Amino acid sequence: MWSILLRKLKMGSLTEKHEDSLIPHKSSDLPSNFRKSLQIRHLDCGSCNGCDWEMTALGNSLYDHQHFGIDFVASPRHADLLMCTGPGSTQLVNAAHETYEAMAKPKWVMAVGDCAIDGGVFKGAYASAGGIGKVLPVDIKVPGCPPKPDDMIKALLEFMGRKSVS
Amino acid sequence: MLGLRDYLQIYTGIEIIKWDNQEGIVAMDSQDLPDILAYCLEMKPRPIWLTHVVNDERQLGNDFCLYLILHFPDKDFTLTLVAKGIKDEFPSLSLILPALNWSEREAQDLFGLRAVGHPDPRTLVLHPGWPKNFHPLRKDYKTGKEYKSFKRGPLVFPEMHGEGIFQVPVGPIHAGIIEPGHFRFYVIGEPVLHLEAQLFYTHKGIEKLLEGKSLEEGLLIIERVCGVCAVSHGLAYCEAIEKLANIELPRQVLLWRTILAELERVYNHIGDIGNMCAGVGFALGNANGSQSKENLQRLNLEFFGHRFLRGMVVPGGIKSVPGPKDSQEILNRLMELANDFEDWIPLLLEHDGFRQRAVTTGVLKTESAIDLGVTGPAARASGVAYDWRELHSHLLYPELMVKSVVEHNGDVWARLMVRVKETRESFRFLETLLRKGMQEAGRSSYIMNTFSNKLIPWQGAWGCVESPRGTDVIWLMLDDKGKIYRCRIRSASYANWPAVPLTVPGNIVPDFPLINKSFELCYSCCDR
Repeated sequence: MWSILLRKLKMGSLTEKHEDSLIPHKSSDLPSNFRKSLQIRHLDCGSCNGCDWEMTALGNSLYDHQHFGIDFVASPRHADLLMCTGPGSTQLVNAAHETYEAMAKPKWVMAVGDCAIDGGVFKGAYASAGGIGKVLPVDIKVPGCPPKPDDMIKALLEFMGRKSVS
Repeated sequence: MLGLRDYLQIYTGIEIIKWDNQEGIVAMDSQDLPDILAYCLEMKPRPIWLTHVVNDERQLGNDFCLYLILHFPDKDFTLTLVAKGIKDEFPSLSLILPALNWSEREAQDLFGLRAVGHPDPRTLVLHPGWPKNFHPLRKDYKTGKEYKSFKRGPLVFPEMHGEGIFQVPVGPIHAGIIEPGHFRFYVIGEPVLHLEAQLFYTHKGIEKLLEGKSLEEGLLIIERVCGVCAVSHGLAYCEAIEKLANIELPRQVLLWRTILAELERVYNHIGDIGNMCAGVGFALGNANGSQSKENLQRLNLEFFGHRFLRGMVVPGGIKSVPGPKDSQEILNRLMELANDFEDWIPLLLEHDGFRQRAVTTGVLKTESAIDLGVTGPAARASGVAYDWRELHSHLLYPELMVKSVVEHNGDVWARLMVRVKETRESFRFLETLLRKGMQEAGRSSYIMNTFSNKLIPWQGAWGCVESPRGTDVIWLMLDDKGKIYRCRIRSASYANWPAVPLTVPGNIVPDFPLINKSFELCYSCCDR
């Protein structure tokens, strides 16, 4: 225990952006009670895994999405936003629809990464829809291959009507 | 290897296309393949399966061809067995070498050929629901908008009867930031009796997509077959191209490619160690692993321009090489992270609760690992001393004198320990390599543009790299315009996935996430 404590003291806080550095941004389409806390369900629709790992990185101590009120939930029933990665692989389309249908209204869909937006490098492959927009109604797009965790956080905060100063 | 050569000549219809100290290519009738493979597998030490490729060469007058590549570890000799003239069926080899089970089923799906004598009649890559006679890898099949005609059919699972047996279906969408796959647990009480894994939900048809693409376009796709093994896949692809162009690379290129491969191993291994803690809800270990990984990825971004090191390895060279000052900075930062690793890794290894969950959980037996052709940390944790960096002389690995890190228990703990030890080794290699890089200053980039006219068409070549998950193999054939004719991607995950369900019976369902994370396999490069 002492070693853990010592390590903690040596390191201090690693998280980079703090709640107080956030300013209200432009008006958001989100109902006001969603702007302080957003629950997200991740849906991999045939991505290469790159976007997914960057999304996982949002949870590490340096980004720590939770202190923005953002959290990833285990069931679509609990989610407000579906973060989709990948071009929409054919054999997963049914499951993707079912996931979307299982979400309670109001609900939003975010296409994360170039191949979720328009198929990216996988455009034209026989078992891919060429973008998640062909499968689900997309509200927000985050470009990049993969988008950096910073880009994702920015897009999420913007969606929540907030903006980071740094 | 001369004994083998003599043996092969007793078969009529054998044609030795190439035979030197490093590589042999032998063509034969497909009916002789089972005998010859069985003979090869009897040899000591037992050869390793690298890849199994089916290719539609009807345009070349060879009908369908099958390429089976074996590596003989003691001689560093690679043998390609080629069976030409396959019309609509070939003898199944799965009963001789169970590792070929998936490859043969995949050939049945994608080429419409029949593997005669294969014990499992189900489809693999293509789920039920595709149009009849949909065999996309046949050259005369022009793919278009098939994804619109897919109507999901019921998946086929074995039935199980008996008092108290019930099934737990999980997935394909999981509760977390994970890739999709369906798992069906057959459970009696708490312990698992049997597990069926239904993968290939992320199948996109990359191998077909690659056909007809230029080498540069191909590289972009290959680097995205697996997000986190971009360097390994890119390197294997470039190695295959460089073999076809018959070019020698400058030492600096080999050096920096080795550095990139090791950087990829370090960030993956550290991330995977952290993730194994997430598999048991051990937040402290997970937090340390993930922040360490983040720092390594930031280093990648700062000095190599991409958090996953994409775009650095190019056919015939390397895009940019950091100067001595940057190399020193990379070295300093890495040494800091290596010290930090030693600081936090005891928190995990000395944690009783974590140890209790990991020890004796998810045991992969040595025999199973050998039969199924398991590779990477999973194989080494089961006592199979097989590390491509040690077995095959390539890049700067001979100078580093890599020794396989071997553990013998085959459980989650053993796989963890292999990763921990390999991470230490990789930090050490990186230090040596970066110091060499600083002493032997060279140019700031190596891009060769003059090899395109040297590329040999209609000839297969393989590239092979030890990724953090095991050996990735890419087999490539080009047409006479220098475009890709066939590219087969056998990733480490593809080789290892069939072994995962074997390790679960006897454990309880809540142990599965931990077992799965201890293999840390990628779905994307398995499904392609």
